[in-house]
Amino acid sequence: MPNTQISSQPKVRRLPSLRPNLIIGGLLATIVVSAVALSLVWTPYAPSEMHIADRLQGPSADYLLGTDHFGRDILSMVMIGGQNTLFASFVAVAIGVTVGTAIGLTASAFRGWVEELVMRGCDFLLAFPTILAAIMISAATGPGIHIAITAIVVYNIPVFARLTRGAANAIWARDYIAAARIAGKGRALISVRHVLPNVMNPIIVQTTISFSSAILAEAALSYLGLSVQPPAPSWGRMLNEAQPYLYQAPFLAVYPGIAIAISVFSFNLLGDGLRDLLDPKMSRAR
Amino acid sequence: MIAAIAKRILIWAVTIVVATLLIFLVLEILPGDIAQVLLGQEARPDTVAALRESLGLNLPAHVRYFDWIGGLVVGDMGTSYTYNVPVGTLIAERLSITIPLTLASIAASIVIALVLGIYSAVHHNRIGDYAVMALSQAGIAVPGFWLGLLLIVLFSVNLGWFPASGFPGWHSGMAEASYALVLPVVALSAAQAGVLTRVIRSSVLDVLSEDFVRTAKAKGLSGLGALYRHALRNAMIPVVTIMGLQFAHGLVGAIVIENVFSLPGLGSLLFQAINQRDLIVVKNVVVVLAILIISINFLIDLLYLAIDPRLR
Repeated sequence: MPNTQISSQPKVRRLPSLRPNLIIGGLLATIVVSAVALSLVWTPYAPSEMHIADRLQGPSADYLLGTDHFGRDILSMVMIGGQNTLFASFVAVAIGVTVGTAIGLTASAFRGWVEELVMRGCDFLLAFPTILAAIMISAATGPGIHIAITAIVVYNIPVFARLTRGAANAIWARDYIAAARIAGKGRALISVRHVLPNVMNPIIVQTTISFSSAILAEAALSYLGLSVQPPAPSWGRMLNEAQPYLYQAPFLAVYPGIAIAISVFSFNLLGDGLRDLLDPKMSRAR
Repeated sequence: MIAAIAKRILIWAVTIVVATLLIFLVLEILPGDIAQVLLGQEARPDTVAALRESLGLNLPAHVRYFDWIGGLVVGDMGTSYTYNVPVGTLIAERLSITIPLTLASIAASIVIALVLGIYSAVHHNRIGDYAVMALSQAGIAVPGFWLGLLLIVLFSVNLGWFPASGFPGWHSGMAEASYALVLPVVALSAAQAGVLTRVIRSSVLDVLSEDFVRTAKAKGLSGLGALYRHALRNAMIPVVTIMGLQFAHGLVGAIVIENVFSLPGLGSLLFQAINQRDLIVVKNVVVVLAILIISINFLIDLLYLAIDPRLR
């Protein structure tokens, strides 16, 4: 919830202290991203390498996290599985931020019916859940990673458009904007030169949080079989494939889930920490 | 007041029309030849042509759209291509699982979130507050479908307390049927409870620092008295808004969770229909879900008007 209260205590200027959520979140996010980056060049085994004799084994010295029903190394698959999830989330959020912010800035610069139209459109898109959009598109075009990306973009555009427009409206009321307009600068130039830099902080915070919900959405979609297709490993699909073996090898259902939860958790914490740092008025922790 | 309600009814109607247009566009126009999709690429051209004729696909798009909408209004959604039964009957059958599952999980998450959220606001910045916040972070980070799998491993595989999957049907008695829904409800409500706890906590914190709460305390009301008499009612306004969104999340979450626990609800119907390329079923399931979500948001908007007189 936005907290618009202004502290009555005099502000003491000091260097922002690094909060624990920023440190822990940053550390965990670095570990996740490094492990996935490492998998681009090295994994303990090739992810598709099958060791049928060693199938469904628990964790051991040879296979640190055990093997699946084809005798594939779980650790290698978890490392590689992150590539698609992080890639889809990154691309989708990047498009969402760019397009959403541009729409929000436009709505704020022109107000009137443009703003009304944009806001109604946002309301509509926000009422349409990501997974439902993904299901619909995949029914029409078949599954694939583009489904996850499209659905996450569709969800994020209104999120960023709304956020940017709200923050930008406050900036447009400032004196220095009036000064810029009197100096003869156009709306587009003012939006880019003066408004955008001043609304960046909430956008950065939301980007981090959107990234964590994108990971969650991609995982759910690939669990449902709508995102990355076999044989490429992905966290969500590994959980789906683990399901028939819950009685024989319950550990199969553990590690990919931990990978998802740690990724989501780390970017959420990072977002909270950044919010405290960059955007104290919106801080949730207080 | 009447103008405010009329405006919301108009927005509700327009949103539903836009949603149906979008669904029609994505599921009827985008895939190309529906008859070919239904029968597969190997089908003989004359079979495809016959099906196209019987489904009315040769008619112009706007006629097909209005036929569909007209059918929706009177409850006729056509016949499923794969099940060969009326789609309306199929959906009604499946809703008898999806709706109770969604409502139970929302109720559970509200109860949990109210208790934890108010507790942590009252114990602000103390150890209990930190514990609740950590718990809610965990609830948000753990995907519902994974929690479902973990619950199956623990309570069905190891302890044998609950069935791992399936649904006995409501005809086998409320108790037995509800029992099969316990694990799905837990899996579905955890993430929602996590989000809602944080909203309630910060909303109560905001209100607790307001002047009228301080006045109530100065009048001699105890801290808890001030909380119940004055703070909670005001703190509920943002919470009601979030609940509308929660319903949408709950409904869509239920679709995923049904697949984890093999419950024969709307979600499993949707995925079977996608796998069998039964676009008639997909289209109507999606439109039912969209109408449900849009209508709940509309009702929440009306509720909002009732709670907050300033909006009238």
